[in-house]
Amino acid sequence: MILGVSIYEILTVSTLVFFIGVYGFVTRKNLIAMLMSVELILNSAALNFVVINKYLFPGNLEGAIFSIFIIAVAAAETALALAIIINLYRRVMSLNTDELETMKY
Amino acid sequence: MNWNTMLLMRQEIVLTIVILVLLLADVFVTKDKKTVNYIAIGLFAIHTLIGFLPLDAGSLFGDSFRTSPLIFGFKNVLNVGVLLIIMQSASWLNSKMLQYQKIGEFYALIFSSLLGMYFMISAGNFLMLYLGLELSTLPVAALAAYDIHSRKSSEAGIKLILSAALSSGVLLFGVSILYAANGSMYFANIHDNLGHSYLTIMGLVMFFSGLAFKISLVPFHFWTADVYEGAPTPVSNYLSVISKASAVFILMFVLFITLRELKDIWTPMLYIVSVLTMFIGNFFALRQQNLKRFLAFSSVAQAGFIMMGMLAANDLAVSTVVYFLAIYIFSNIGAFGVVQAVSIASGKENIDDYNGLYRTNPMMSLAIMIALFSLAGVPPIAGFFGKFFLYTSAASQGYYALVFIAVVNVTISLYYYLLVVRAAFLRNSETPIPYFRSDLLTRIGIIIVMIGLFFLGLYSPFYDYIQEVSKIVGI
Repeated sequence: MILGVSIYEILTVSTLVFFIGVYGFVTRKNLIAMLMSVELILNSAALNFVVINKYLFPGNLEGAIFSIFIIAVAAAETALALAIIINLYRRVMSLNTDELETMKY
Repeated sequence: MNWNTMLLMRQEIVLTIVILVLLLADVFVTKDKKTVNYIAIGLFAIHTLIGFLPLDAGSLFGDSFRTSPLIFGFKNVLNVGVLLIIMQSASWLNSKMLQYQKIGEFYALIFSSLLGMYFMISAGNFLMLYLGLELSTLPVAALAAYDIHSRKSSEAGIKLILSAALSSGVLLFGVSILYAANGSMYFANIHDNLGHSYLTIMGLVMFFSGLAFKISLVPFHFWTADVYEGAPTPVSNYLSVISKASAVFILMFVLFITLRELKDIWTPMLYIVSVLTMFIGNFFALRQQNLKRFLAFSSVAQAGFIMMGMLAANDLAVSTVVYFLAIYIFSNIGAFGVVQAVSIASGKENIDDYNGLYRTNPMMSLAIMIALFSLAGVPPIAGFFGKFFLYTSAASQGYYALVFIAVVNVTISLYYYLLVVRAAFLRNSETPIPYFRSDLLTRIGIIIVMIGLFFLGLYSPFYDYIQEVSKIVGI
């Protein structure tokens, strides 16, 4: 718990980070930037878990453990996404979604 | 702790052993990589058979892993589905991937994903659900990009991994809010002290959207068509049936049992999503030329029908949805199986290419006709009974308007399913797809699917069994 900082401030930050991530995911045209936006979303959820655990339910550790799992899985997800991006870059020589897309409605 | 209780995880343990043995076999078989196919299929067939042995109900690890006769039976349905899919994928691997020596990984990834689904549908808390969900999604993304020399396959992979990561992020945010509202991850505890505040409603909506990505319900269906078209056909097949069915199953349990107090919130939500999904899936399917895109939108529309069946929210809804899922798995595997066999033999995937198929390949045309009729719901075939029970479930709670909308949608869907049948049977072509003979495993797979499609509908003890085990769940 941080002195002088209530749960409302921290939850406001994590919600802002979440929506910045969603906005970035929708507007960015670069695959790496989209991946970074997804990381923001996952980290905001992890932050939420830790803060809620610490401020509201300090008796147990469920939230903190969940956030560790989120970090581990997010790393696996990023590794896989980067592997696919590298493979795609070898084929197309670009990371711009407009140039990548061949399948459309 | 008694070691005998670990046997409740028998299916997971056996599947893990299968994966390890398969990875070892892939290392030691160096000469003829084709054998790896048969080792994998043989091991998985043994696993499927062991799966049918009776299993007790109970829970493990402080209630985070549960099993019941319904969950156990559903795992067996998934096993049979995966067995049929890998039987059909062997010929694709032999024809395309043998030159790169990439056979064993395919099976290892598909089995890991199935293991994730096991954990997901037996989950007793949100942590287990999340881990199972990720373990089931990440290998599929690798599988979608499996054909690394094809640009479309890589594109499908990146679309799948990015949308899956986004959806699990949204789901996690929803779970964190539900945690804030009641202080526990466990489904049983959440059920006991769930308030009716705005906080829980927001958590419910975000959790639902996260899973809706996996089921490809309408506001979240954008990735579906592209991924299905670009990914290798066995992978699209797997995504459209196994992945979707297990996500529906766990969504149903969380909504019906854990979040039951919020029923007045999620009922209108499911209603709207169901109507939108049926209409948009069907209307987009009408204008598709590529058969894989066509089947993608048809599977979006089928998800809408499943949501209609879920609205009743009682044990009748559980049994009808599970029964429909079992039939849907069979019908879609049949349709994808034929598309894949034709695609391997001739490289053609468009509806117009099927003109005159009946004259050159009568058995294939018959198989795709039966599978598509089952998807549309034409009476003697199992799909009709599945749809009929879904209507019964919705009508039993008085959703007559929704049943009417669903019937209108079945009519629309019959039109586009018949377009394919007309191309194969009634149209002529100067250059039809020449006669081909697919390999033995594919043919056996398609024959099993065809038998299943008649058997599941007409053999009533199957439905009776599902109904009986659904009553024990305690909804």
